[in-house]
Amino acid sequence: MTFALVFLGVIMATIIGWLLRQSLNTQPWEANDPLENQPGRGVLNVEPAKIALISFIAVVTSLFALFLSAYLMRMKLGDWNPLTEPKLLWLNTGLLVLASIAFQLTRSASKRAQLPTVKAGLVAGGVCTILFLLGQLVAWQQLNAGGFFMTGNPANAFFYLLTALHGLHLIGGMWVWGRTTTRVLTGADAQSVYLSVELCTVYWHYLLLVWIVLFALLLST
Amino acid sequence: MAYVAIADRDHEIEHHDPTTFITKYIWSQDHKVIAIQYSVTALFVGLVALVLSGMMRLQLGFPDTFAFITPTYYYQFITMHGMIMVIFLLTALFLGGFGNYLIPLMIGARDMVFPYMNMMSFWVYLVSVIVLLSSFFVPGGPTGAGWTLYPPQAILPGTPGTEWGIVLMLVALALFIVAFTMGGLNYVTTILQARARGMTMMRLPLSLWGIFMATILGLLAFPALFVSAVMMTLDKAVGTSFFMPAITSMGQQLDYSGGSPILFQHLFWFFGHPEVYIVALPAFGLVSDLLSTHARKNIFGYRMMVWAILAIGGLSFVVWAHHMYVSGMNPYFGFFFATTTLIIAVPTAIKVYNWVLTLWQGNIRLNVPMLFAIGFIFTFTHGGLTGIFLGNVVVDLPLSDTYFVVAHFHMVMGVSPIMVVFGSIYHWYPKITGRMFNKTLGLWHFWITFLGTYAIYLPMHYLGFLGVPRRYFAMGDTAFMPESAFTLNQAITISALIVGAAQLIFLYNLISSLRNGRKAGHNPWQATTLEWQTPDTPPKHGNWGHELPEVHRWAYDYSVPGYHDDFIPQNVPADPSIPGYDQGNPGSDHGTSS
Repeated sequence: MTFALVFLGVIMATIIGWLLRQSLNTQPWEANDPLENQPGRGVLNVEPAKIALISFIAVVTSLFALFLSAYLMRMKLGDWNPLTEPKLLWLNTGLLVLASIAFQLTRSASKRAQLPTVKAGLVAGGVCTILFLLGQLVAWQQLNAGGFFMTGNPANAFFYLLTALHGLHLIGGMWVWGRTTTRVLTGADAQSVYLSVELCTVYWHYLLLVWIVLFALLLST
Repeated sequence: MAYVAIADRDHEIEHHDPTTFITKYIWSQDHKVIAIQYSVTALFVGLVALVLSGMMRLQLGFPDTFAFITPTYYYQFITMHGMIMVIFLLTALFLGGFGNYLIPLMIGARDMVFPYMNMMSFWVYLVSVIVLLSSFFVPGGPTGAGWTLYPPQAILPGTPGTEWGIVLMLVALALFIVAFTMGGLNYVTTILQARARGMTMMRLPLSLWGIFMATILGLLAFPALFVSAVMMTLDKAVGTSFFMPAITSMGQQLDYSGGSPILFQHLFWFFGHPEVYIVALPAFGLVSDLLSTHARKNIFGYRMMVWAILAIGGLSFVVWAHHMYVSGMNPYFGFFFATTTLIIAVPTAIKVYNWVLTLWQGNIRLNVPMLFAIGFIFTFTHGGLTGIFLGNVVVDLPLSDTYFVVAHFHMVMGVSPIMVVFGSIYHWYPKITGRMFNKTLGLWHFWITFLGTYAIYLPMHYLGFLGVPRRYFAMGDTAFMPESAFTLNQAITISALIVGAAQLIFLYNLISSLRNGRKAGHNPWQATTLEWQTPDTPPKHGNWGHELPEVHRWAYDYSVPGYHDDFIPQNVPADPSIPGYDQGNPGSDHGTSS
């Protein structure tokens, strides 16, 4: 559980640290501090949707950290038989990196109101992601064909479980991607989708990071 | 583009009032309607769980009397009672119910930041409740694994409900977590970003601090339950061996091998202990506001109360294994977790002292909500003190499997939060419905519940010291149990049935006062917080009419010297017509904080 604890420790320290700073040097029982009533005072200078996304990322981090903790604890028991991951995963990783780059470019283009680049970037990001997901399915099939079933060994079970979970989170992101892309293709201008594009970009970068950690762990064990 | 706070661009936001019956009351995105939907659903399942506990008590008090209570049923009742009460009643009611109702009103917002997601949160919660309750009607019935669902027994034949019950339970939990996450993201974002002008974090009522921290705990801790539920479902349905060791069941070697039941316990309690505070922190917050309002005094040590909430939230993640002293883990772990467990008593004790000091020399009005709030201080102190017993490894080992533990956790996280739930429902009932409840019935409800819970749980501590084991369907002939233990069990059962029946008074009061209660007016308790300052009671869609409120002071300006009323609402600016009142700090000479 150390792994999960460290992650949660960092998250909790950030939150509590921020909250503590709100409380220091304040004397709430004093009424009518004129500074307190300035517009926007005390509210973070961030769109609410972004705060929700960051909170959601914290939740997903907690989820994966706990799975990895379980992985590391289960690994130590005697019947663990390391799995040789399909080479295809390297290609898939490349596709996910490309998707992330596409989103990053889309984000800058959206800020500068370059509609054609936004359209192309969104489509490219989506296509790379779909190819990644299909690639993961093929990797599953290769393993299955090689006789590495889910019930065969906990290492196999964790492989299927973790990749499935990561894929499901991407599919969730694809829903927002789908809505944004539809808006852009049906005539929305490039800047009006900036927030959605930025949320997608952050989420895709995050899921790329998760995948790299997962992949490194799977490879090294 | 610079970001403009929600409260500062209120006039630019279009508000669409719901027009049809369905969008107003069923598929509603209004936080108040969603709060009521959450609360009614939670109270309904709570009632089911209450009936289950009554059946368990019938068996324990009068064994061999009720033929329809078989051992199988008994274990199913235990499991469903525990899970429903902890998760589907208390968590849902505090965060889905009170959180939804109070957050936008107390911070001076028109609604949650994401109303659609808020609505989805309720409907997914409702589906999870339906999935859970449907397990009563499937072959084999609901799971009887105990609310902790420990493998391997939870999914092996011999335990009730291994056919369908356990799967439905795990699915219901996973759905609940999805619902909670949707709601929780809303609560956090709304409190951070939708506060009215002047409502700094340190001017928030403590109710919201409790709900805020509990939401953060929930968002980070529920994934642990999700992880264990997913892996257990796979062990059961697919045949993986995450938790299942090599095992022989009923003479047959099963296909499992090598899994670790202890791993499940770690994951479960990694969620399970923060869960205690997910329920307790909102209760702490709400009770602080109740005590302050009805004692007509500012809460003692506001900043310290906030810090205590933060400290408890942080510490709650490093005490989980005190639920596992008897699991055979490394004794050094026990030493570590006993230490952290005892440390968490410090901020908790600070809170208890501050509540008592808030009452000290207050102008106490013994209204029904106040009685429940004071009752909470009693039950929580008692439950907390036995927690110090059980936090120590050497004391826990002999007591762990006895009724002492049952008494402890029912006092500390059953009765105490429920006292706050009742107090809070009575307190906000006039705002929610616009009418007062019947005070006489409320008093009956309080005294029967308060004294009754002592009649139930005090004797259980004694039974625990005698060594009476918990979880048993029937005790049989046991030499170490004196006759008095059996008599006590009967007395406990009778008390439990009386207390259970007394809840009907509460329900009757809630329902009949909707029609017969006298009009409450907009601020019957003369409270300072924003939800009592709405232009309409009950508040209409959008809460605030044309103008959002602006906040000028903290939530606890009660009995301020030199002011004509004994309370100053948060949205009242300084009044220059009162001599000496605008000269700086009116609140600083009547009980300091921090």
